[in-house]
This record gives sequence, structure tokens and C-alpha cells, in this order.
Amino acid sequence: MKKAFTAIAGLALATAVAGTAIGQSGDEAAMKAVKARQDTMMLFAFNLGTLGGMAKGAIPYDADTASAAAKNLSLLSQLNMTAYWVEGTSTEQLGDKTEALPAIWSDMAGFEDKHMALTKAAADMEAAAGQGLDQLKGAVGAVGGSCGGCHKQFRVDN
Amino acid sequence: MYNILRYIVVLLIGGLLLGWWITRPRPLDPAIYAELTGDVARGEQVFWAAGCASCHAAPKAEGDDRLVLTGGLAFETEFGTFHAPNISQSKSAGIGDWRLIDLANAMQRGVTPGGSHLYPAFPYTTYTRATPQDVSDLFAYLKTLPADDTASLPNDVAFPFNIRRALGAWQWLFLKPEWVVPVEGETLTRGRYLVEALGHCGECHTPRNALGGLDTSRWLQGAANPDGKGRIPPITPDKLTWSETDIASYLATGFTPDYDSAGGQMADVVQNLSHLPESDLKAIAAYLKAVPPGTPTTIEE
Repeated sequence: MKKAFTAIAGLALATAVAGTAIGQSGDEAAMKAVKARQDTMMLFAFNLGTLGGMAKGAIPYDADTASAAAKNLSLLSQLNMTAYWVEGTSTEQLGDKTEALPAIWSDMAGFEDKHMALTKAAADMEAAAGQGLDQLKGAVGAVGGSCGGCHKQFRVDN
Repeated sequence: MYNILRYIVVLLIGGLLLGWWITRPRPLDPAIYAELTGDVARGEQVFWAAGCASCHAAPKAEGDDRLVLTGGLAFETEFGTFHAPNISQSKSAGIGDWRLIDLANAMQRGVTPGGSHLYPAFPYTTYTRATPQDVSDLFAYLKTLPADDTASLPNDVAFPFNIRRALGAWQWLFLKPEWVVPVEGETLTRGRYLVEALGHCGECHTPRNALGGLDTSRWLQGAANPDGKGRIPPITPDKLTWSETDIASYLATGFTPDYDSAGGQMADVVQNLSHLPESDLKAIAAYLKAVPPGTPTTIEE
């Protein structure tokens, strides 16, 4: 009886240790994915800063600069981000280390639709940005709409 | 003894009569709307400024589906769960058989065509300030939207809040058509109209008192989120320090000055407001700069 108890306790301990070890390496991979997501968002924001700044008159319009930023935006929107969205990296598991809601994984098709909407809006922006300030202004709203459309459903409301 | 009893009975009857009088529906004078005809194009602007689709489109509807006003959005509040009803042109499930005056009474007096009171999850305390012409234009626009026969979901509200008649007393206390912030000039007046009469910003950004009425002495100073998660931020000029240009740009695109983008309910608000002309968004921004700042004691809650 005592032996059995020791064996069970030992097994439990080993399982716990192994579990923690897997958990830690899993955490590390998870946090790398989260960081990649957040850094990609920073790249979006940086290029949007140029386009949005011109649209609202904070930066003087320049066709070449606008085109360059819009091209970056479009390229970013075409990245294959499948590997960024690792299972188990939503707010449910990571708390406030991420703003990605579990809905991303429960509705991956809906999430991909939103990504497609962004790719489309960014391509339209790429076509418009060098054509003039009015064209750029017209395209900024749709880009913003595609950002908001996804954030509304899949990101923490803050 | 008999005299005291008689006194109590008289008081009781008097109280009941007074209560009955206070809680009675107070519909509008039909004459106000009798001569008006609506303009569909202007009505569409009213529709987006008033944010009708945010609650009355099916949850998660996008694009043209936001014009199918089947309702269904749930509001979980401390008084119970309310569901936005079907306001599509369906005659059986929606408001297809409403006349202009019926829409006006619902939006501005919180009363249905049958004379029962509406719950203030529907922001009629805001819409009561809308002009009859705008309500009339909106009515004309709603007539052009599709009918959908999806039945409205029932509210789940416990006693005593399920007694609709009692809402008459709430309306007697809180249904006030006066403007909150005194302003002058065309831009500020337009901005105030968009915020205080159509946009219903105050419904979330202004704290409520114990009876659920808006505390207009703390206008737009931030409030508890009715959904229970976190807080709705203050948008008084001492707290929302963005430039007017940045505010207008945010309302058009959802981009903050740092090019983060709006999420949650504000993403939805931006979806509506992006249909308005830039001049309207600038007017809202100008108005927000004219709102009295919060005082340190009222910010903490």
C-alpha cells in the first residue's frame, strides 16, 4: 500500500515537472508569437502614420512618400501570418499579455475574412496614394474601417 | 378612529391618482408632424448620425446587412437583459405599419403606438432633442430599407422593472428636451446637435444616477461600462486632449493619433460616423472642446 502510494506520488510529481517544462517552452513560443503580432501591428501603425497624417493635413502631401508608405502597408497586409496565431495564445491563456480574443480561434474563417478585407483596402490604398491628396483621403477611411472591423470582433475592447 | 381611516383612504386614493397621472404616456401633439414630408437622402444622414444600425442591425452584420434592422443585440444591465427589437419594414415583426407620428412618439417620448412605455435602453432621452424634420427624414429613409420577419427577442427583466407603466415616472424625471451645454455659433450648435440629439454619446460617456438617469452635471465625464467590463473613458476637454483635427480624423477612420485603431463599441460608432461629411465630424470635435471639464472630485467614482 505504501509502495503504491509512493509510486503514485512519484508519478504525479514527474507528470507535474514534465508538464511545467512543456508549459514553459510552450510559453516561450507563445510569447514569441505574441511579440511578432504586436511588432507587425507597429509596422502597420508606422506606415499609417504617414498616410493618415497627410489625410488630416498634419503632414504635407507628397506623392512619392505616400506611395512608399502605401506599398509597405499593402505588403504587410499580404504577409502569411498563420504561424503568428498559435493555439493557446488568446487572453484566455495569457491574460493581459495579449489583446487577442479567443474568438479568433473559435471563428478562424471570420478572422480570415477580416484579413482579406484589410488586404483589399490596402491594395486600394496602394493604387490611390500616389494619385493625389483627395484619392488618398478617400482610401484612408476604408483602411481604417478594415482595422476597426476586425478589432471590434477579435481584439480586447479597451 | 373613523376619521383617521377616512383620511388614510383619501390619501391612498390621491396617491394612486397622482401615480397614475405621473406614469401616464405623454405622446407628442400630432400637429407638429402633420405637415412634414421626409427627404430620403437627408434621412440616411440622420440614420448614420443617430447610430440606429449599431443596435438594430443583427449582431455581427457587416456591409449592406447593417441595413436589415432585425434587432437582437442584447444589453445586459443591472435591471435585466434588454434586446433591441426588429425595426425593419416588416408589418408583422417590425414597424412597417407605423406612421411618422408613431416613430416620433417612440423616439422622442418613449411611447409605442399602443401607448405603452419603452425602456430607456432605447436612447429617447437623447432623440427627444432631434428636430421634427430630421425624424421625418429618417422615417422616409427607413421606408426604403428591407423588411425582415425575424421576431424580436423578448426582454428578460425582473419585477419591479418589468412593470412598463412605472417607466412613466422615470420619464417624468429624466425625459428633458433642454440642451446640456450652452453654445453659440453655427459649428458648435451643429456639433451639439450631433452629440446631444442624435449621436447619443452621453448615453455611454456620462455617468448615471441610482435610478439609471444620466447625471448631466457630470456630462461626458466617463462612466461604468454597462456591459460590466472596464470603464467608458471621459471625453471632456481636460481628459481627451487630442486636437480637434485628431478627433475628427478618429471619428472618420478609427485611427488614434498614434495610429492604433478603435475597437469595441467605438469601432461600431466610427462605422456609422464615417458616413457623415467631414464638416459634421469637425463640428463634433469643436463641441467636445466646448464641454465643461470634469473636476477632480467628479472624475473619481
